[in-house]
Order: sequence, then structure tokens, then C-alpha cells
Amino acid sequence: MQSARNIKEYRKEIGEAIKNDFLRSAMDKFAVAYRDSRKAAFSDMNVDAIVEEVACAKDSAIENMDKLYEQFKENASRAGIKVHLASNAREANEIIAKIAQENNASKIVKSKSMTAEETLLNHHLEALGMEVTETDLGEWIIQLRHEGPSHMVMPAIHLSRNQVADLFSDVTGKKQDADIERLVKVARNALRQKYIEADMGISGANFAIADTATIGLTTNEGNARLVTTLPRVHVALIGLEKLVPTLHDALRINKVLPKNATGQAITSYVTWITGPNDCMASKDSRKVMHIVFLDNGRRALAADPVFSEVLRCIRCGACANVCPVYRMVGGHKLGHIYIGAIGLIVTYFYHGRDKAKNLVQNCINCGACKSVCAAGIDLPSLIKEVHSKVLEEEGHPLQSVLLGKMLRSRKLFHTLLRSAQKAQKPATGGSSYLRHLPHVFSKEHNFRLLPAIAKTPFRDMWEKIQTEVKSPKFTVALFSGCVQDFVYPEQLEAAVKFLADHDVAVEFPMDQSCCGLPVSMMGEKDDAWAVALKNMKALNDTNCDYIITLCASCASHLKHGYAKILENGPTDKKTLEKFCSKVVSFSQFANDIVKVPAESFQQKDFKAEKSKVTWHAPCHLCRGMGIKNAPHELIEKSGHEFVRAKEEETCCGFGGSYSGKFPGISAEILAAKLADFKQTGAKTIITECPGCIMQLRGGLEKQGEDIEVRHLAEILHQP
Amino acid sequence: MKDPDGLCDIFKRKAMAVSAIVKDVDSLDNAFEYAIEICKKKEACKMMNPGFDSQAKSEKIISAPGLSEDMAEKFADICMEQGIDYAQDSLRNHLSGIDIGFTTADWGIAETGTLVIDSSMEELRLATMISEIHIAVLQKSRIVKDSYELEDRLIQSMQKSPNYMAFITGASRTADIERVLAIGVHGPLELHILMLEDL
Repeated sequence: MQSARNIKEYRKEIGEAIKNDFLRSAMDKFAVAYRDSRKAAFSDMNVDAIVEEVACAKDSAIENMDKLYEQFKENASRAGIKVHLASNAREANEIIAKIAQENNASKIVKSKSMTAEETLLNHHLEALGMEVTETDLGEWIIQLRHEGPSHMVMPAIHLSRNQVADLFSDVTGKKQDADIERLVKVARNALRQKYIEADMGISGANFAIADTATIGLTTNEGNARLVTTLPRVHVALIGLEKLVPTLHDALRINKVLPKNATGQAITSYVTWITGPNDCMASKDSRKVMHIVFLDNGRRALAADPVFSEVLRCIRCGACANVCPVYRMVGGHKLGHIYIGAIGLIVTYFYHGRDKAKNLVQNCINCGACKSVCAAGIDLPSLIKEVHSKVLEEEGHPLQSVLLGKMLRSRKLFHTLLRSAQKAQKPATGGSSYLRHLPHVFSKEHNFRLLPAIAKTPFRDMWEKIQTEVKSPKFTVALFSGCVQDFVYPEQLEAAVKFLADHDVAVEFPMDQSCCGLPVSMMGEKDDAWAVALKNMKALNDTNCDYIITLCASCASHLKHGYAKILENGPTDKKTLEKFCSKVVSFSQFANDIVKVPAESFQQKDFKAEKSKVTWHAPCHLCRGMGIKNAPHELIEKSGHEFVRAKEEETCCGFGGSYSGKFPGISAEILAAKLADFKQTGAKTIITECPGCIMQLRGGLEKQGEDIEVRHLAEILHQP
Repeated sequence: MKDPDGLCDIFKRKAMAVSAIVKDVDSLDNAFEYAIEICKKKEACKMMNPGFDSQAKSEKIISAPGLSEDMAEKFADICMEQGIDYAQDSLRNHLSGIDIGFTTADWGIAETGTLVIDSSMEELRLATMISEIHIAVLQKSRIVKDSYELEDRLIQSMQKSPNYMAFITGASRTADIERVLAIGVHGPLELHILMLEDL
């Protein structure tokens, strides 16, 4: 849960989480194991197709939320279920408390429900003197510890068997060994008693099927079955977004949910309850059944053109499973009640700005969540949208306002960079790194060395190095991005020469500036829009077949970011689409479009020494641009010995301004990443993003490692 | 082989992958014998919740609430011969657990190795929940390819409210402590599926 009052306090809490060794190793193992089990679970399925189906079906259900609710209510009432609609959390809790009181129920058993966590139902009922027992093992553990869940599917993933053994020793008054099998049996015994004594059972639901007023519950432990069977009263608390029209919709979601959540084909139990069933504990042998639907902002979300898609979420937790930040800090710090990427978004809507304002900044924008979302939610973009909302309401911090103002004027920005180059001398000692950091940086930033600004930026070299290509196969406009223009011009130079060798004419429009991703990341939407417009004009003034960039982040921002930022004008839709379709990454252009042959690397003038190399897939290339194979093929063609790293596609921890805001997390992600590379034994790490190069080189340099990091262009063109 | 689409094989493979024990039987009598054997081999149900069971557990208990009257009588006789208690009263008197819950499944889903059991009758539902070992007989002819194939039939059942439909795949399980898989949390510790030849 979030209690930090400001970003400083939040950072401090994060610092403590990073130091939790058990948490770190548990999260690491999980991140790696999850990736493999998910892959295996989906091995004979077209994942993209079913995700698309789920997204479409959920969108239609969200659009018809009110209608589905009425239909469900009508069918349920006919079957003898009492249906309630709670407009907010407090109302839901009060309705449920009243049901308990009216039925003289003082002992309650609960099966796992994130919605009940959302409303803090247990606290409400306990304050009224009722005894509430969570029956899902993980939920029971955290209830006993007075904690919130740290994962939506595995709520106690942050705890070790020893911690659970100590807890169970306290609860049973008997020493319990840290043997997981036995600890599970302790829970089985202790909780069976609770089921037997309970007057009322509370469950959530994964599905509410309007057609037959059926609720569907997926569980592994079998606790939901006992909760909905033994006590004489059953109350289900369900978010309105769980309404679906038909059984088919539920079965479809169920094909994705367990696979995406835990890599299981299906959970041990899927329970479909329609109407009040036999219940021999009731006087009339019939269960008393209530369903409480929770709005709590959902109906407003459903009507929101930007945010309605967050209601597609089926609560599988995958967005946390793959998040590099979650892996470092765990769910208590990367969420309030809902955790992971979806938590960063819905916290704002369900629990308010105060709980969301720090949290929402803790996204490194690697896109891993989006790539595994079971409902195809564009999580990273929506996180930025929430951040923008928070800024609109709370005011913009000076830092991001200044950055925005500066980036809006290319001349101002570039003048500043040029004077910084002159001013940096005392810090570089003539080397290509800043040997000590200027005082504006805190000690925490010292985990990597930052590069020095190059003496001559690429734009000043251009006139000299541009080459005329006679009868070119293609003409491309080069978008340099600021890091390569001002820090690593040699990477662009290598690319220009490589392209000329392959009969590609290159233009370099001088009016281009920063792509605007940094201000987008900071939630400064207006500045992002202004910068996008200027760059688009500069690039459109050329007559090119393609726009290529050597920076994966710029590429995906130009291609997908601009498509969103500029969708409401002023550019017409066709021009915008044409622009975005022209944007390609360097590797994609070289391999898939120019189709550079392997033979070209065997000629005498390609004298590069062949060595053992590995590849780092930049987030914005492998996920942002969807380019995975082109760089592999190019490296193979170049004749180097290519060893793949296990965590090739894991973020390096840079994230642009993110690493400035959360240096502690960035440092830990980098450390894990470098350790993974070292296992390959490669002497060179190749990648295609100057940001990643800056981060990886900086870390290796700091560690004094003899491993070099090169841009793919420098590997393909060696003088 | 009379399993043209290989559904029985897929079912078997998928069910076994989630730790279900799958055997072939050629008759219900055969299934009864199997249940008796398993029951004799196991230790008596251990969970004790003082004050809730009508009698202290001295002998093992089998419950088979879904059987037809004559089949139930037959099974009860066999149990008695073997010194095993055949639960005749409500399972609510045995909530701390029984040894074997014996059921017949309505359908099998090959894609996931799932049993589909209409559990609207409370006794039947309890037998599949509080037994330490759940033994289910599944007729081979009742195995379908995937859950979509059962859609119409499930909807028919759901339209006759109230209804409690259970998909059961493997034994009760958890990975809530350190993500280590542990079998047998709140439901059965073992699931045995007896595939009855009727093709």
C-alpha cells in the first residue's frame, strides 16, 4: 500500500525494498520461470489472435456495461438471487455488512477477491465485530500478517517459508517446521474448522454471465468451492467490468487467464454457480444468495474514450510478472492494492490521486507488460496518461516544465548542449566519460559513468561525410536523435558509410531535434505534441522512401508515439499515417529492406576481427518496433560468433529520465543485466540504441570490465 | 482402437500432466473394486476437528452420492464386506473429511484433461470437496475436444437454475509459499480418473 507523501519518501521506501535479499532472489527466480512456463502454456496456440478476440469482446462488454447489468439482474432476480449495485467501496462494504447482520452471520469465510481488497471489506466487517477469515492460503497468510497482497495471483510471494513457519507457529501455538508441504496441511486443518463454523461465505468472481446470471470462479486450492457451499449465506462481490454477455465469452477468457497468470492450461477448479443452490445448513435447505456489483468509478471509466480499455483487465497479474521494476522492488512498492502496470493505472481511479501520484512515475517504459497483456491493453501509454492527469491537477514540477520549454526550441536546446560540451572538461579529464558527476546529481547516480558530450556533433560533421550515391536503390532521411547527434556521432557516421556502400542515399534534415520522448515520459503532453510536429515537418520536407533512426527509442516514438500524439491534428490523418509507416529501424532497413547479403561481409575490405559477440535487444526495438530477427540475422551474416544471452530482451534499466528519477532501481536492473551478459563469455555486446549503450558502457566502465558495447552499425561497417 | 480423434489419449495425457492418476476400467464393478483397493491402501483420514464429527473415526469412509439406488446398494455391500464405512447419512456430519469420494463425471474435456461434474446436489458436491481421494468414473464416449464443444449443454444446465457446475482438473493445489507446488490444500489430495470403455 502507498503511504509515502512525496516522491522522496517513496524513493526511500524503494531503497529499502531493494535491500531485501529474499525478495530479490524470489522475484528473480519468478521472472525467469514465468517466462518459460508462459511460453510452454501457449505453445500450441495463436496468442495474438486470442488476445485480440478477448480485447474485442471485452470492449463490447464494457460499452454495454449498463445493459448487461440490467440483464444479469433480471435473470438473477428471477432465479432468487438478490442483486445490489454499490456506487463506491464504502457502499459495497455497508451492503455486505447489512446482509450479514440481517442473516445473523457473525463468522465469515472468504475466498480470494481483489475487489474485496479494493474496498478493504475485511476492515469494515471486522470493525463491526465480525470474524472474517481469508481461506486462500496466500491471502490467509497476509491477513494474519496484516498486510496487503504483493501480487494479484500470488499474494504472499514476498514471504519465505521461514516467515510462514514462524507465523503459523504463532497462530497454532505449536512450533511448525519450514516444510512447505506441512505448512500447507496446517492451513488445511485450521481453515477447515473455519468453513464449518462460518455462517456466511464471501467470494469474488472472474465472470458474471448476463445470459444465465451465472458467476464463474477460477481457483486452484478449492477454497472458493467450500466458501460457496458450506455456509448458509453466499455473497459475491463483483466489479462491473466482469460482466460478459455469454458463457462463450467466459470460456474464451478462461483459455487465456490461467496460461497468462501461472502458465497453467487451466486452474484445478472452475466453478459455475447459477442461482441459490441446495444448502442443508439453511432452514429451507436453500442458500441465501446475494450479488453485489461494484461501480467505484468503473461506469465513468467505461465512458472514457482514453481509459475505457483498462476495464478489459482480467486480473491475471502478468504485467507484474514481466516488469523489471516489479522484479526489483516487489508488489508492495509497485502498487497500492492493485499492483504492477495495471495497478499504476487503476490506483488513480479506484483509490485516488494521492495514492497514485508517486506510483505512476515508477514505469521504466520498457513495454514488457503490454507485450504479455491478456487483453491487449496499452499499459505504458495509459500510465503516461495518468501521469499527465496528475500533473494537470497538481501542477507541473519545475524540472519537467524547463525541459519542455527547452525542447520546444531546437536552437536553445542545441546551444545548451554545445556550451555543456565546453563546460564539461574539468569532469572528463580529457576522457570520453564524466569521471565525476556534477553536483546536481546525488551519490545514487554513481553506479555508472556518464559519457562526455562529443567535441563535434554529427550535424556539424554532416557536410564533410555525406556521400553522393549514384542511382541509389533507396533514399532515406536519417533521424539522429540527440544522444547520437551529440554524444555518439561515430555511430551515425558508420551507418552513413554502410548505407552508401549498399547504394542508399541519405539525407539529414537539419531542423530535426529531440524526438520528444523525454517530455512524453514526464507526462508533458503539450510539449510532446509541439516537438512531434516540428520533427514531422523537418522530415516530411525531404523526399525519402524511409525514415531511419539508429535509436530504437526514437524509432518507436516516431512511429507509434507520434501516431497517438498527433491523432487529433493538426496534421491530416493520411499524412500522419504515411509518415509513421516510413519509420524503420536501422536493422530492419538493412536486413529486411536492403537485404544486405552475407557475402558483403566476406569481401577483403571488411577486415573486422571476428570475435564472440552477444546481443542486447533494446525494449523499444524488440517490443516497441516488433523487430527481433533482423539484428540476429545481420550479426550472423557479419561472421562473428554469436552467443545469445538468456535475458536478451530484458530492459537494461535506463528508461531515459526514469533512471534519473529512480537511480537505485536503474542500477539494480543494470547489475542483473550485466551479470547475464557475462555468462555468455562474449567480449562485445551489440545493440541498437544509444541510450542502452550509454547505460551498459557506463556500468561496465564503472565495474572496470573488459567488455565493449557497440552499436550494430559499427559492427556492420568497420573501416 | 475406437478412439478415432485420439481424444481419450489427449485427455489422459493432459490429466496426468496435472498429477491426476488415470486408469482404464471396463465396468462400474471394476471401478468399485479399484476404489476399495485404494481405500484399503491409504491411511485413514487424519484431519480432526473436535466436536464436529458425529463419531470418532475408527474406520475409513467412502461416499458415492451420485449413484443410482441399486448401484449404491451394491457398492455399500462391497464396502461393508471390506470393513469400510459407506456414508449413508449427510456428509455435513463428516466435514473434517472422508477417505474416498466416488463420483461419475458428466463430461471430460480433452484439451485440458478436465472433468465436468454437475454438482448441483449438495451431497455430491461435498463428496468432491471433502474427500481425501476423489475417484471419478468417466465414460470415454463423454470426452469432447474443448470447452467450446460443451457450450450448448452447459447453457442448458445453467438455464435450469439453480445449478452448480464444476470443472475439475487434477487435485487441489497451491504455489502460494515460495511458488513451490503443493498438492492438496482445501480439496482432495489425489484425483483418480477411471476411464470407462463404452465406445
